Amino acid sequence: MAGENGAARPGFYRDAGPRRGCAAWMLSTDHKRIGVMYLAALTLFFVIGVAIGVLLRLSLIAPGKFFTAQHYDQAFTLHGLVMIFLFIIPGIPVSFGNFFLPLLIGARDVAFPRLNRLSWWLYLAGACVILASLFLPGGPLDTGWTFYAPYSVQTRTQVSFAVVGVFILGFSSILTGLNFVTTIHRLRAPGMGWFRMPLFPWTLYATGWVQMLATPVIAISLVFIFLERFFGMGFFDPAKGGDPILFEHLFWIYSHPAVYIMVLPAMGVISEIVPVFSRRTVYGYRAVAFSSVAIAGVGYLVWGHHMFTSGMSDTARIGFSLLTFLVAVPSGVKILNWLATLRKGAIQVDAPLLFALTFIFLFSIGGLTGLIIGSLAPNLHVHATYFIVAHFHYVMFGGAGMAFLAGLHYWFPKMFGRMYDERAAKFGWLLLFVGFNLLYFTMFVLGLEGMPRRYFDYPPRLFTGQLVSTVGSWILACGLAVILGNLVRALVRGRPAPENPWGGLTLEWRTASPPPAENFPEIPVVTGGPYSYE
Amino acid sequence: MTQPALEAAEARIGAAGAKLGMWLFLFTELLFFGGMFLLYAVYRGRYAAGFHAAAAEENTYVGAFNTALLLTSSLAMALAVAALRRGRRHLSLLLQGATILMGAGFLAIKSVEWAAKIGRGLYPDSTVLLARSHGEVLFFGLYYVMTGIHGLHVLIGICLIGVTLGLTARGRLSAEQPTLLENTGLFWHFVDVVWIYLFPLFYLVT
Repeated sequence: MAGENGAARPGFYRDAGPRRGCAAWMLSTDHKRIGVMYLAALTLFFVIGVAIGVLLRLSLIAPGKFFTAQHYDQAFTLHGLVMIFLFIIPGIPVSFGNFFLPLLIGARDVAFPRLNRLSWWLYLAGACVILASLFLPGGPLDTGWTFYAPYSVQTRTQVSFAVVGVFILGFSSILTGLNFVTTIHRLRAPGMGWFRMPLFPWTLYATGWVQMLATPVIAISLVFIFLERFFGMGFFDPAKGGDPILFEHLFWIYSHPAVYIMVLPAMGVISEIVPVFSRRTVYGYRAVAFSSVAIAGVGYLVWGHHMFTSGMSDTARIGFSLLTFLVAVPSGVKILNWLATLRKGAIQVDAPLLFALTFIFLFSIGGLTGLIIGSLAPNLHVHATYFIVAHFHYVMFGGAGMAFLAGLHYWFPKMFGRMYDERAAKFGWLLLFVGFNLLYFTMFVLGLEGMPRRYFDYPPRLFTGQLVSTVGSWILACGLAVILGNLVRALVRGRPAPENPWGGLTLEWRTASPPPAENFPEIPVVTGGPYSYE
Repeated sequence: MTQPALEAAEARIGAAGAKLGMWLFLFTELLFFGGMFLLYAVYRGRYAAGFHAAAAEENTYVGAFNTALLLTSSLAMALAVAALRRGRRHLSLLLQGATILMGAGFLAIKSVEWAAKIGRGLYPDSTVLLARSHGEVLFFGLYYVMTGIHGLHVLIGICLIGVTLGLTARGRLSAEQPTLLENTGLFWHFVDVVWIYLFPLFYLVT
């Protein structure tokens, strides 16, 4: 597509090798091409996930008119599967991480470019297997995204194939983490010591470790489900001496750290954006860097707080609750430091900062309500209600999702060499913000009033809340449509982006937009910290 | 950095970086097996008597012989790496071949053990097994899963050594470029280490 100045999106978009078109992309080992392909796939799955979510909300204002109870179960399972395994877990690392990690540390590519391409293929393969499972005998699975045994072993829906798909995705995730950790160890530019590294790579480093140390545990749990279904091992079947709660432990040993796989890189994106748009050095750089590692470390040990009502000793429950409170401390450090960075800064509220500030606001609500759930007594009251649903949507969507949008607006000019329309972005943000809070804040209230999660129907007194929430989902969807429409329009018609539209100081802004295939004409030599604005 | 210096740097990453990557991969493998060891620990704690009774049925002599076989194969692999590093290509080829043979021998003995059990009706969900106590049901379930997945790793290791064998024969692996063989060796030793834990857990806990 030719730009207005006649320069057809140069840089790495030019096919350098002998291959052309689709093959030149699918077979490319260029981290930037892989990042762009991931971004496209993620956006597609995000849109699908949102669409299913909107349908779920629609069904909830008229139960039975639209979905049967069984279809409702399958739809929320699919919503969770798509959003968690295909969008938010790979999410920021595979898209922005792939594209920008080598640029931010001044490298030409990741440590293992071919392994990176394999991760991308595995991701596609896993996605295809999951999608195929919907049409195989038994139909879409209805277990919820958690695959809890014994139901996941007993249901006649197509669990086996979906589990294989998630297993493949896990492999992709492990290899990405391994690749990034090695890259950060081995490929930093000359002069870039650990504490001269930008904060986004720091979070990718911590995330990489979590990906490597947690994902294998869900891999083996999924193997167990598969074996249970085909061979009846009995590991989770009380009739054969097995214990279903053990599956919950194995599942959350992965899936709680996975929450940090989703949120840590999001925090990294925010740490990149805040200093640029306030023209200030990050307040307490080392504290922010170490807090990422601390979150990853402590976050590994809190899985039991998902199971306070499942049957655990009181000692274990108190221990898990204490650790849950501890993990809030490094998150609090980050929030404090972002706010302190903004203080006395020359703040320029462009779209990236707007989304970043929204992250801070919504993530704080999500994080603080998380402490309510992490306390033993209130947990009994709100467990498995809409309160939980609201909490994790504030953290996941309000946190990781907003950071994804923030990163998208921040790096869009660099990735695609085009500028988007600022006013449309802000208008979309406004709709999104209003819709988001109508949709999810109402769920806090509904949860406290006793609305259980995953229920298809409810007593009439809860109708008003459900209606408000559903209207919120419509506004939110409109907001997302405006935001994505604006970016797609910019992709085709946007004016060419300069090398450094925001005045950023990190290395990615020192090369062309979009960057050339080898990233930098000369590998830069780093002589100072990443955010030396003063 | 000048272009030759850059290429040198990238070559350095190739060797040491590839090693680092392999070690990280082995961490992930460790946690993968960790999930199985966790199940074992919990059920061993809960059904100590059943595990005791079930493990008594394993043939310790066969298990010990297989352990010795796998450990010797690891020695051969280590020697194969050392030989390649010293430029003795033919010796390395021979030792890699010996490693493959011993790995295959391990799998053959393992499959005979499996076949004997299955022949007696001892397999997951069988009426013979379900008639026994919970501890025995879970013991044999874990036995099949853990030795099965371990055996799968042995098989993958054999395939990998097959590849390095071919590459060494064609001179693509040499004293100057031993990394792939070294990493394959790391994988083989890892598989060996896992067996060192599986052997006492299934044959000696009685």
